[in-house]
Amino acid sequence: MSRHTLSVLVEDKPGVLARVSGLFARRMFNIDSLAVGSTEVPGISRITVVVDADGILLEQVTKQLNKLVHVLKIVELAPETSVQRDHMMIKVKADAQARLQVTQAADLFRASIVDVSTESVVIEATGSAEKLEALLDVLEPFGIREIVRAGTLGLSRGPRSMSEKALRH
Amino acid sequence: MTTGPSITPAAVAQKIGTQASAGNSAAKTSQPERMTGSQAIVRSLEMLGVTDVFGLPGGAILPTYDPLFDSEQINHILVRHEQGAGHAAQGYALSTGKVGVCIATSGPGATNLLTPLADANMDSVPVVAITGQVSSKVLGTDAFQEADIVGMTMPITKHSFMVRDAQEIPRCIATAFRLASTGRPGPVLVDITKDAQQGMMDFSWPPTTEVRGYSVVTRGHSKQIREATKLISEAQRPVLYVGGGMIRAEATEELKALVEATGAPVVTTLTARGAFPDSDPHNLGMPGMHGTVPAVTAMQKSDLLVALGSRFDDRVTGVVSSFAPEAKVVHVDIDPAEISKIRYADVPIVGDLKYVLPELTQILTEEFEHKPDLGPWWNTLNNLKKNFPLGYTSTEDGLGQPQYVLERISELTGPDAFYVAGVGQHQMWSAQFIKHERPRHWINSAGLGTMGYSVPAAMGVQVANPDSVVWAIDGDGCFQMTNQELATCVQNNIPIKVAVINNSSLGMVRQWQNLFYDGRYSNTHLNTGHGTARIPDFVKLAEAYGCAALRCESDDDVDATIQRALEINDRPVVIDFTVSPDALVWPMVPAGVSNDMIQIAKNMTPDFGNEE
Repeated sequence: MSRHTLSVLVEDKPGVLARVSGLFARRMFNIDSLAVGSTEVPGISRITVVVDADGILLEQVTKQLNKLVHVLKIVELAPETSVQRDHMMIKVKADAQARLQVTQAADLFRASIVDVSTESVVIEATGSAEKLEALLDVLEPFGIREIVRAGTLGLSRGPRSMSEKALRH
Repeated sequence: MTTGPSITPAAVAQKIGTQASAGNSAAKTSQPERMTGSQAIVRSLEMLGVTDVFGLPGGAILPTYDPLFDSEQINHILVRHEQGAGHAAQGYALSTGKVGVCIATSGPGATNLLTPLADANMDSVPVVAITGQVSSKVLGTDAFQEADIVGMTMPITKHSFMVRDAQEIPRCIATAFRLASTGRPGPVLVDITKDAQQGMMDFSWPPTTEVRGYSVVTRGHSKQIREATKLISEAQRPVLYVGGGMIRAEATEELKALVEATGAPVVTTLTARGAFPDSDPHNLGMPGMHGTVPAVTAMQKSDLLVALGSRFDDRVTGVVSSFAPEAKVVHVDIDPAEISKIRYADVPIVGDLKYVLPELTQILTEEFEHKPDLGPWWNTLNNLKKNFPLGYTSTEDGLGQPQYVLERISELTGPDAFYVAGVGQHQMWSAQFIKHERPRHWINSAGLGTMGYSVPAAMGVQVANPDSVVWAIDGDGCFQMTNQELATCVQNNIPIKVAVINNSSLGMVRQWQNLFYDGRYSNTHLNTGHGTARIPDFVKLAEAYGCAALRCESDDDVDATIQRALEINDRPVVIDFTVSPDALVWPMVPAGVSNDMIQIAKNMTPDFGNEE
């Protein structure tokens, strides 16, 4: 099966995330990542969910999501016609000796250092999932202390806005 | 049960024309009126035309029971267990097409509604459940009788509301009714905190029921409809595979017209029994695990299944990969998610059967000059009907034959009665041997398979249809799960007739143990029947409730006993039909095999090769 990114506009109501995640769980749909946040429209949130599904199953995911009353619109973000980014922070061991090398590695990936201590640095990185994996590989030898990452975010390319049509009444 | 402070008496201050909620563009039929949230609950139900509700009070819903006490329009029926209220609401809804309403308190009251809500969700039954919730001030603190019923019911309702503000009550209840009854019907829960019930609000009607993320497609896509007529007109071996959606859509007359236009055979699933008359020769009966040989075989040999409000349930398809292997599929359903969920639909039509069927019929009648010649197909089907009719053999132990009891109940009572079954062997025999002629007259728990459904659901049917005969066909196992509602029936003069098909066991489980577990009857003997200690004695039990109670132990007495039951109309009747525990439901497609392996008796699969 392959990964597909769905962008889902939902009403920002209590429990809406539980409804969405519960639906995935009970119908045996696999979630790779999920991110939720506010949008340009007050009262509307956008859930970006990466699912492991193909064909008929992906169609089911979409149809079942659409049945949730709080779900307003679902669009699949195809890789060719959208930008998709992962985001993460990595705490890496870096004493005075190693710090320069770690900083250089971060620079190569256009990641930034957001915290420095005598023993470690925290690197913030944004990019495709592949790029972030590559960064992790490079940092691995220095000793990774902690990782935190957010779900994939994505927007379609070009001027169109998903909320325009969905929210017109 | 603890109670909160008593609510303010119903001195309702009129407030003139100021508090209409913004965005409510609908015409007002009433001036805003100052009242409590509880009064607003009752008033909203009245404005929605509700005349009967089923429920049981408790602390968190207590404020609402006070104005409910004063309602002249709403008849509240006090059940003995909230599950009974839920199933009664289902029976009420299924027999009328109206929304059934049940009320419970927070915590255990609400959790007792889980089974009926799950049941209504599976069978697409329009039910609104109103539950009390602990005060919003203590919500989330594990307060007394607090349960996250909105969270618990998310997977088993069409939608749910949590109301913490009295002002929101009319909108939420009206929207709940709209969601429950439109599109694919289903249960909707409205959970209302105690302080919302006690708070003051300004009531005006109608509220807005607009829901941004909810729309229902009723008209089918005209191109797909045309495509469907093309397939239908070309099919050599079509089958109209009719499901419960046909009854929900009130489209049974439209179905008759389609059958007339096509001459195609019809199969009616467990939820669709009565959607098309059994007496019509086009009806091959019920498909699936305990379906008729003609219905099951017709689907297996079909080259076109026209699925109408049906959902390819596993009890119909058997092993999906070998189900109807040569058939193309036209699938009409109001729920897009059902289409291509289990079986790929060559022609998907999302729409309301009430609108789609006449369009199909019209195009088929007007544009296709020659009807397809279904002669050879009907030859095959008629041979199947002739060679494999439904039947049963007499029992070896000489005890009563359950199938005979059902045949006689059907024959002596007729198709105008309502038949409400529990779940198990007696349900299958009822589906098979009762002659189903009318929509909404056969009521059972199909998708969820809820034992104990029959008595409370029949109670709801009888409340909605006070002048009709309502038979609760129950098993001895089922009956012991919910017979407390006989007290409700006696107290409220709800004269249902309960036929307990008493084989002294959990019969369907026993049947599987007989067939697939070498007759090892693990934990299925209930000791209620013939030659046992009768724990309990159903006749004594029924008499203790104040019901009329009859016992029938021999086929010879079946008619007389049914006649006596039909003559008693001033109270519920319970008949203990003690029957053989060894009677089995046939035909049967064993679980996990192709429908081609249908058996008409133990290890007997018809040899279709000789029949054509």
